[in-house]
Amino acid sequence: MNLDYLASVDGVLLDGLRLTVVATLLGAAIALVLGLLIACVQLARVPVLFQAITVLVIVIRNTPLLGQLFFMFYVLPRYGIRLDALTVGVLALGVHFSCYAAQALRGGFLAVPRGQWEACSVLGLSRTTTLWKVVLPQALPPVVPTLTNLLISMFKDSAVLSAITVLELLGTTRNLASTSFQYTTLFTAMGLMYLAIALPASLAVRRLEHRLSRRTARA
Amino acid sequence: MNEVVVRSMLDGALVTTEVVVLALAVASPLALTVALARGSRFRLVRAIALTYVEFLRGTSALVQLFWVYFVLPELGATISSFVAGFVVLGVNASAYAAEIIRGAIQAVPAAQSEAAQVMGLSTATTMRRVILPQAWPIMLPALGNVAIDVLKASALVSLITVSDFTRELTQWATTGVLDVTLAFTLLLAGYLVLSLPITWLGHLLEKRSRRHLGAVA
Repeated sequence: MNLDYLASVDGVLLDGLRLTVVATLLGAAIALVLGLLIACVQLARVPVLFQAITVLVIVIRNTPLLGQLFFMFYVLPRYGIRLDALTVGVLALGVHFSCYAAQALRGGFLAVPRGQWEACSVLGLSRTTTLWKVVLPQALPPVVPTLTNLLISMFKDSAVLSAITVLELLGTTRNLASTSFQYTTLFTAMGLMYLAIALPASLAVRRLEHRLSRRTARA
Repeated sequence: MNEVVVRSMLDGALVTTEVVVLALAVASPLALTVALARGSRFRLVRAIALTYVEFLRGTSALVQLFWVYFVLPELGATISSFVAGFVVLGVNASAYAAEIIRGAIQAVPAAQSEAAQVMGLSTATTMRRVILPQAWPIMLPALGNVAIDVLKASALVSLITVSDFTRELTQWATTGVLDVTLAFTLLLAGYLVLSLPITWLGHLLEKRSRRHLGAVA
């Protein structure tokens, strides 16, 4: 490890990390909204849309994120959709993880007993009120650990964005290394930066899971 | 599409298959060892196994791939990008698989090992003949997902110059030999096809394991 060299480029690396975090958060926002929509379509079995989404989910879950990224990066401009690399990357991350988020969310909804809906309709609550005030508050907390784990996965997997020239943490590291040849120093520092965020985050999720399982055990 | 392109695609698919099979071969013994170490009597063994799992799950396979590819040569070890590719993917997957195996072992009722102990079976025999056969059907579906993940992650080896399916198709597409829409549709379709045998094998093993346990499960 060449610490003097590292000190001279730490600002550049941190900029890379910042872009990784930004891409992750934007991707997560897309994944959450899209995931909720997909879950709703699957639960309500909206005809045509349901079949289309089922096929899409199978394709996305069984093909590499890198392939999906290349697909969007190279094919979209062919049809007049010109987006910069970061936007394509964020979209690809969001779409990819929305399929996993949808599965978690669907599980959360299905875990809420039917009786809750029935009881609300007997009490004269509208379906919207039931959804927002009764069902969602019960459906969401149990899936928070799963969703957070997906967020951590997305943070780590966002490194593939470097393959389409996005200068996030991995891209920045490769760029610096290609001129300074400080491979060991740079790649080790990069790995530690990913660990510094992902490790505490996953420990926190585990603690949260533990607390939630104790709470449901008591209930 | 001429013959050269088709041939290179098939070659690439073969390389991808090799990477996946070899990575799973690396991952399987490692995962079982680490899973057993996570439940060891000895604190130190448990700590080492936990560190192994957390470090590997703390960064992505791509980051680990680049680290091994660029840093090992500086430390004086030269390995081909192909070997680096399947070893890193295998080691990475072993961390995830180890946690699945450990969870499945824990899901087998404690009375099973107590009963085995009362009957005078050794710890090793209990694990091999009583616990693992019952944990097997529990862990299978999740292990199938790990195998699919390895297939998907195998595309990353194209970024360290391994001529796998992704690299071959990307090269034809970016050099203008293949139409990009066709090339990348073929790319996704190819992985979908490659994932089918894994899914089938998973279902087959699940069916067999349930029949094997019969009324016990």
